[in-house]
Amino acid sequence: MSAEPREQGEERVARTGGKPLDPRLVLWLQIGFFVLLMGAWEICSRVGWLDPFYFSRPSDIFLKTAAWIYTGFILPHLAVTLLEALLAFIIGTALGVGAGLALARVEILARVFDPYIRILNALPRVILGPIFILWFGLGIASKVALAVTLVFFIVFFNTFQGIREVDPVVRNNARMLQASEHQLLRYVYLPSAMAWIFSSLHTSIGFALVGAVVGEYLGAAEGIGYVVAQAQGVFDTTAVFAGLILTSALVLVIDLGINRLERYLLRWRPGA
Amino acid sequence: MPAGPAMDGTPAIAFEDVSIRFRAPKGGVHTVLRNISLSIAGGTFVAIVGPSGCGKSTLLNVAAGLLEPPDGRTLIFGEPLQGINRHAAYLFQQDALLPWRTVLENVMLGLVFRKVARDQAEPLALRFIERVGLKGFEDRFPHQLSGGMRKRVALAQSWIVGPRILLMDEPFGALDVQTRQIMENELLDLWQESRQTVLFVTHDLEEAIALADRVVVISAGPAARIKGDYEVVLARPRDVAEIRLNPDFTQLYKRIWSDLRDEVRHSYEAGNR
Repeated sequence: MSAEPREQGEERVARTGGKPLDPRLVLWLQIGFFVLLMGAWEICSRVGWLDPFYFSRPSDIFLKTAAWIYTGFILPHLAVTLLEALLAFIIGTALGVGAGLALARVEILARVFDPYIRILNALPRVILGPIFILWFGLGIASKVALAVTLVFFIVFFNTFQGIREVDPVVRNNARMLQASEHQLLRYVYLPSAMAWIFSSLHTSIGFALVGAVVGEYLGAAEGIGYVVAQAQGVFDTTAVFAGLILTSALVLVIDLGINRLERYLLRWRPGA
Repeated sequence: MPAGPAMDGTPAIAFEDVSIRFRAPKGGVHTVLRNISLSIAGGTFVAIVGPSGCGKSTLLNVAAGLLEPPDGRTLIFGEPLQGINRHAAYLFQQDALLPWRTVLENVMLGLVFRKVARDQAEPLALRFIERVGLKGFEDRFPHQLSGGMRKRVALAQSWIVGPRILLMDEPFGALDVQTRQIMENELLDLWQESRQTVLFVTHDLEEAIALADRVVVISAGPAARIKGDYEVVLARPRDVAEIRLNPDFTQLYKRIWSDLRDEVRHSYEAGNR
């Protein structure tokens, strides 16, 4: 009956499969790969095999990024992009959960809207950028709108699926325990959908940023996408790369945060 | 006729000419149960046995109000059943706990749904958790428990709401033999105290006789009907492991098995066709 977690310590444990990889070795190989790649790039651009005008070089990109951060030039742009992504994420998630709930629980809605959702989802969302700029102007609203269209569908499909795939036995058990419709929603349907929504969180937050950056790239006065567009306009390859690196760094940091949140909220799952 | 104490003669559950048909996937209609009439006296422990797939669980779902029969009706304490059966708790064959809630929260669920205040519900839930031997596991999630422990939680979850009828669908089918006997004895202990009406579905005849006051045999499907109805006159309290050695038990087993055997063979041959 004992299910207490046992101390692992230095005890030898049985294992399946081959020898376990030493995590330190993996880390060194990862660093080695990075150094090799950057070194090769740097050298190629220094000896003239790569044209620095088109390809820049790692040292310049690094200096540019550092200077942006040091002078604080990039910070307001980062903040704007982040704000847009965050707003889009919140609005898109709220709309997605609401629509997913409604369509999963009301059969007629699901049937009627099915073709329209397919059509909208098939539409490459970037195309909506120009129309949103016309409607909402060059400020953050148009970027948020574009990113919302990306986030919405991911959350919507996951909510819909999550609710549709609630184990009928679990649902019937709750009904036998006399759960009202409202309680079923709160105790059974939403938590089940939550698991799906959370597993798609990485994708949806990534898409929120994509929407924001692409929106800025199409026309804006601030934000990372705007900085990159400006740099491209004056053929400043180094700045384009610096913007690129900052964007991925931003996504990575957010991803780490989500990992922790996810681990806490989905702790009821086996293997979580 | 039914054994056990019937309060005022009104049966706890009465199926009146119940038939169940489903639309078959390839078109046409598939009849699962045909003209089932069965009356279950209050306070009795009734086991329903039959070959796999004969519609035993379907009958249980009718009693639960999860399934509405197109023909016939179900009376619960004399009242026609409409919607979910509010007097009944249901112990399912599969895991039915909320995986995202802890043991304590799962056991409390029926009380929470009935809007019982938390400071009343929690002590009661703790008592039931202790009663099923899971003290110290209150904050675990279902996936952190063994199959037997999850069944105990489910038992506490259905018992805590004080149901007058307990519906059980092969609840111990997935457990190993030892755990199963322990759980069966625990079930009898709990039942001995409260004496609800129990409708217990199983395909295991030994389990049925060891637990019940009455064993109802259902024929092989499709269109299953009641094939036999036996009273189990064995002293209580019982120990499910020991009672199997009782000569009366063996006698009864032989009698019912002669009924059931043909049905099992029937359903086996139908499955192989």
